[in-house]
Amino acid sequence: MSSYADGDVIPKASSRRVPRVRARLSRDGLSTVAFLVPLLVIFGLFSWFPIIRAFVMSVQDTNLVSEPTWVGLENFSRVLADPLFAIAVRNTAYFSFLALIIGFPIPIVLAVIMSEARRGKALMSALAYLPVVVPPVVSVLLWRFFFSASPTGVFNTFLGWVGLGPLPWLQTAASAMPSIVIEATWAGAGATVIIYLAALLSVPPELYDAAEVDGASIRQKIWHVTLPQLRGVLFVTLILQLIATAQLFTEPFLFTGGGPANSTMSILLLIYHYAFQNSLGGDYGMAAALSVMLAAFLGVFTAGYFWLTRSWSTSS
Amino acid sequence: MRLPSIRRGPRRRTQDQADRGIVSAADWRRGRIRWAMRIIHGATLLFLLLVGLGPLLWMVKSSITPTQDTLRLPMALWPHGFDIGQLATAWSRTHIDRYLLNTIWIAAGSWLVQIVVATTGGYALSVLKPRFHRVLSGLVLATLFVPTLVLLVPLYLTVVNVPLLHLRLVDTFWAVWLPAGASAFNVVVIKRFFDNLPREIFDAARVDGAGPFQLFWRIVLPMSRPILGVVSVFAVIATWKDYLWPLLVLRNPNLQPLSVRLPTLQPTTDLGVFIAALTISSLIPIALFLIFQRFFLRGPGLSGALKG
Repeated sequence: MSSYADGDVIPKASSRRVPRVRARLSRDGLSTVAFLVPLLVIFGLFSWFPIIRAFVMSVQDTNLVSEPTWVGLENFSRVLADPLFAIAVRNTAYFSFLALIIGFPIPIVLAVIMSEARRGKALMSALAYLPVVVPPVVSVLLWRFFFSASPTGVFNTFLGWVGLGPLPWLQTAASAMPSIVIEATWAGAGATVIIYLAALLSVPPELYDAAEVDGASIRQKIWHVTLPQLRGVLFVTLILQLIATAQLFTEPFLFTGGGPANSTMSILLLIYHYAFQNSLGGDYGMAAALSVMLAAFLGVFTAGYFWLTRSWSTSS
Repeated sequence: MRLPSIRRGPRRRTQDQADRGIVSAADWRRGRIRWAMRIIHGATLLFLLLVGLGPLLWMVKSSITPTQDTLRLPMALWPHGFDIGQLATAWSRTHIDRYLLNTIWIAAGSWLVQIVVATTGGYALSVLKPRFHRVLSGLVLATLFVPTLVLLVPLYLTVVNVPLLHLRLVDTFWAVWLPAGASAFNVVVIKRFFDNLPREIFDAARVDGAGPFQLFWRIVLPMSRPILGVVSVFAVIATWKDYLWPLLVLRNPNLQPLSVRLPTLQPTTDLGVFIAALTISSLIPIALFLIFQRFFLRGPGLSGALKG
């Protein structure tokens, strides 16, 4: 029923609202309303309302004891003045950058090779995807042993075999973030490989035939046919990866807790600290302000993603 | 985040039709290229075995290796024999059995709420079409634009005190179950599937006297089994992977799922027993993946949904 209550979304809702609502009810029928109730209640309470509340909270001083008070942009200025904010932005950007350098080319190379295989393609895609279904908490806790800084740690044992190391991995500010990127790439690359494999199937074979008539080698075919044909998909996965990396949380939270020396403090970790790890009670206003800033920044990418995929589905 | 088209477009070729790729038939006949390709593929397969399966095999191995051996010689295969007992210790003394049951409860409830909301909502928006169904669909779609992290704090305050109803859901499974239902992705995917069902069947059913409820229960749902299967498997795996949200809303250790308990158990648990607990925690998602591989590996769109 709540849909009829907030009639503001319907244009031309005026003083004649009551009879109009009755007319709608009789046309749509009670059964239609009944089918809409779960969606309206759940989305209303747990999606639409919290979204609006995020914006409201960002300009309020909220605690769970007294009534919220209007503070204008004070939450935003307090976040911007926090020295941890600049550190968190820099760390998150650094993570996205490293994840891009390491995590972007690997799935492309794997997918191109796998798509040419005559046997074992199913086995290879299953192996590539396997890490994606392992719960992230399990992956992180497992990789903490791999990253053990002692000479008998798993990775340091490997390095010892070839006469290198031991490396400190998560223990120093310089190597903590790259270590996290390695684990995150392992955990996420498989999903991207599957997207590329599907995209490779949609490359028209005539293009390869035509390239061969012109005497193109295998390398030239990859460079001048395959990659340009994948351009759109590559751009979309790039955007999705940026959106995902900007919300980095579980890995630094469980690997390092943001340390050492704040070198893995991410934006979402900072939001969590503001709201839930404050000994003076949660500063929900600052947390909301930082969330809104990041959402606005990511909104640009998300809009680009939707615009791109929308124009595909209508053109093809 | 991705919006897949479940039905394959006429343009997309299936696996068997892909008669050629980058390497032409003429290339394949040349010995040098054939051998180079074999070596490349062998190396790729080896790489994927090592990287994709290797860490998980190490986890299984270490869960039945005595702790001291894992610490001193992590790569050695059972220098001093097995310790199968670690699995039993993890199961009973570390109470992995209880946390596994919590996880299953949380996943089952989240699944049910998601399916109910997405099927009834998708049916109303796609088939019954009330007056402002376009506005509503737009409002549902719009939530896809909002990154989940924006909702973290306001959603937390919402389950602390649900507006209008004034309920406190914290430390009940409802705090995880109900917000799980607000998945725009599910609604959009299921609505698109319903949009593609043949309208003639609906008309025929109406002529035969079927009301909206019978149409939904007897015709639309049975025809939607494939998409419901896909959405269900993804819903269960996504719940299994969830960490931050249950950490926030389930503070009572007796209610927490595996993902929340494991990090707190680690400092007080023997290493071998702990790795055994990790192994037990991964069994169900991996089994689901192996059984329903085609859902994950064939649909290019849905696999992206798990990342966010």
